[in-house]
Amino acid sequence: MPPHPETWMKVTPLGLYCEPGGFHVDPTRAVDRAVISHGHADHARPGHAAVLATPETLAIMRARFGEDRAGDTQQPLRYGESVTINGVRLTLHPAGHVLGSAQVALEWQGSRIVVSGDYKRRRDPTCAGFVPVECDVFVTEATFALPVFRHPPDSHEIRRLLDSVALFPERAHVVGAYALGKTQRIIALLREAGWDRPIHLHGAVEKLCTLYESLGVPLGALLPVPKGLKRGHPPILAGEIVIAPPSAEATPWARRLADPVTCAASGWMTVRQRAKLRAVELPLIISDHADWDELLQTIDDVRAPEVWVTHGRDDALVHALSLKGIRGRALHLVGREDEEDEGAPEALGEETTP
Amino acid sequence: MSVQAFADLLERLVFTPGRNAKIALIRRWFADQPDPDRGVGLAALTGELAFTAAKPSIIRDLVASRVDPTLLALSHDYVGDLAETVALIWPECHGVNTPPPSLSEVVEGLELASRAEVPALMEGWLDTLDAGGRLALIKLVTGGLRVGASARLAKTALAEWSRQEIGEIEEVWHAVVPPYLPLFRWLEGKGPRPDAAGAPVFRPLMLAHPLEAEADIVAIEHAPAEWRAEWKWDGIRVQLTGAPGGRRLWSRTGEDISGAFPEIADAMDFHGVLDGELLVIRDGAVAPFSDLQQRLNRKVIGPKLMRDYPVAVRLYDLLLDGEEDLRSLPFTTRRARLEAWFARHAPARMDVSELIPFEKLEHLSALRDSAREASIEGLMIKRADSAYVPGRVKGLWWKWKRAPLSVDAVLMYAQRGHGKRSSYYSDYTFGLWRTNEDGTRELVPVGKAYSGFTDQELIFLDRWVRNHTTARFGPVREVEKSFVLEVIFDAAQLSSRHRSGVAMRFPRIARLRQDKPAEEADRLETLMAMVENRPG
Repeated sequence: MPPHPETWMKVTPLGLYCEPGGFHVDPTRAVDRAVISHGHADHARPGHAAVLATPETLAIMRARFGEDRAGDTQQPLRYGESVTINGVRLTLHPAGHVLGSAQVALEWQGSRIVVSGDYKRRRDPTCAGFVPVECDVFVTEATFALPVFRHPPDSHEIRRLLDSVALFPERAHVVGAYALGKTQRIIALLREAGWDRPIHLHGAVEKLCTLYESLGVPLGALLPVPKGLKRGHPPILAGEIVIAPPSAEATPWARRLADPVTCAASGWMTVRQRAKLRAVELPLIISDHADWDELLQTIDDVRAPEVWVTHGRDDALVHALSLKGIRGRALHLVGREDEEDEGAPEALGEETTP
Repeated sequence: MSVQAFADLLERLVFTPGRNAKIALIRRWFADQPDPDRGVGLAALTGELAFTAAKPSIIRDLVASRVDPTLLALSHDYVGDLAETVALIWPECHGVNTPPPSLSEVVEGLELASRAEVPALMEGWLDTLDAGGRLALIKLVTGGLRVGASARLAKTALAEWSRQEIGEIEEVWHAVVPPYLPLFRWLEGKGPRPDAAGAPVFRPLMLAHPLEAEADIVAIEHAPAEWRAEWKWDGIRVQLTGAPGGRRLWSRTGEDISGAFPEIADAMDFHGVLDGELLVIRDGAVAPFSDLQQRLNRKVIGPKLMRDYPVAVRLYDLLLDGEEDLRSLPFTTRRARLEAWFARHAPARMDVSELIPFEKLEHLSALRDSAREASIEGLMIKRADSAYVPGRVKGLWWKWKRAPLSVDAVLMYAQRGHGKRSSYYSDYTFGLWRTNEDGTRELVPVGKAYSGFTDQELIFLDRWVRNHTTARFGPVREVEKSFVLEVIFDAAQLSSRHRSGVAMRFPRIARLRQDKPAEEADRLETLMAMVENRPG
């Protein structure tokens, strides 16, 4: 009888550790050997000795951390290809979260665990779609694991943004979006909706847009938001769409823009109180995480008798699993922030001052 | 058009801070929506829709029949608001192919349904809507849209959309009922002006400008005989409308506040329209504004409140006597008519605002500064020949507030503003020194100000706050206790709701005192000495 995955996949203070393979998955600190699911800061950290990830995730890590901090040795592995590490067979499958995001499937002595990282199920023009992999244990996030989170179609939210641009042509629309993934997805969705004007970028989201384009994701005409305007310069970019990191609207950077409409693109915008707290004027429910229906659908698709929940609303998900007769286990992994959550305005620092 | 379109409007209104942006959103509603839905939407915004059969408990029971109780409890706990939880969690029935209801279908359906039929009706509608539409439906039928759009704002949008004067819209408003088909026909030039004869109608008030500019003061000094003076009382400005069709007490913005002041409505046994100040008056003496506040924003007024905070109206002006419109007559003529009217009717709980005789403006300024009662804000100076013109017309009426009080306080916390100020720390909480029993000194917050400074000063303060932050609480920053602000205010009153025990009336920043060390800022006792409603 194959060994239960809990006998060889351990929860440590650094995160999940594959004992026979001798590697961590998405460790929270620098380790000897790391497998990285995707490039977001709470999964990919700098300074590991050896890193295995998709070629795209490795490129993102090099862009974010610099060539010297993205892993001393970098081993690219394409979707669907496998390597065997100390007898553990490792395969990466698309997770549909951001460009390069992967589920890590591990097989040892006939038992299989899939560590899905962060994922979503709906179509995203900027990355490969999620592929369900049947397994004995499925490891899932639970960021939006409450039945109140059911994200509307992206096209509906993009239409609301474009309607608002038409209604307020004298104002600039500033969409707060995380620099990796969300920014490029919104640009691509705007292009699909027919918005072909240049889209204006805050400095903090430029680099990854350039990287996406070099990796074959076309984003159309992009322009930096002008810097170094003289005091008293008339407000700029009325009628245009600007993409900036969350909460950039709260920094002096925003003062150059014409009476900005603050838009935030996040799954949290479902809840009014969340949007109110951030003083968002146009909340857009666009998320790179699975909503409640997608989580339950995925758990049906992978047919695992046991599901481990890394972080998020594990209480609701574990309860829903029990209703399906599936064993649920909350791992309470630490250091998993939600990149869609309130980006501290202060994190941008005063460097964004004109 | 469906409930869905109305949901989109509510969704935008609830998050939009700017008044002009709200008006633009409502205007678009009038322009885009067909009758009768646009009128139903208008009625919802102006608070004229009320359903008695659709109780929140119906919604609670409906959702309980469809959702696992544990998941519902976790969700409600997370979201907070029940209506919002239900709207979000409602399981969508795939394969429902009934179109969503129109606003007017909802209104008619609920009016015709018996109490027992309401749950099935609601359930059917909820199945056809998306989350936004469900929230709009639930809020609509259970009352309480709370989207930050007043009736007055909706009427302003109606005026802007139709290029009609808002005064005209107020005049006809009481002749029309939801869904306002004759109103829209008239506004679109397709029908006659609705006739409000006999209905109690709000007439927009005439407002005053502050008397500050030297040239304006000189103009009065040169021709004092052309001006009249009255005390400016610190209450709330009201309009009293008595008509064959009913009696109303209106706030300055045309909200009907009759229900909160039943004793005034009882005393309005006349046919006419008057302008006055609502005050708490005990034994002939006007109480401070904080007393009147006890009577505001209450749904139910009990006998104890009416006894402890007795209200009266001090009359300023007579706009209509019966159906005769006096508004185009000069102030002195209206004033004589007011006095005659008052002598004839002698209504209870009312008196006539006293005219203050003067020969020179300097007499007035001496009078103004010697009047230190908390209930007097200053003086009103009105042109003797001024007609009663709605709005704030320059040069006819002046308000001349007495010199403000001031303290030097220490900046303690700053909060980001809204709208155009959302990138600025523009709301400042400041404190004064208090010496504790053990001899230590501490700063006690005494007030919050978000005006009075120039744009340059705002930029300076914002930068200072960012560079001297010691702690952060959401949108609030605590700062080093080292910056002194000169704060001016109209009055200080005892308050049990404030930690310092004292509340300031209309505090604003007069000067930034970088020259002054924080240790030399004023003490709480200084402010306490300015309190004017100290119990006898």
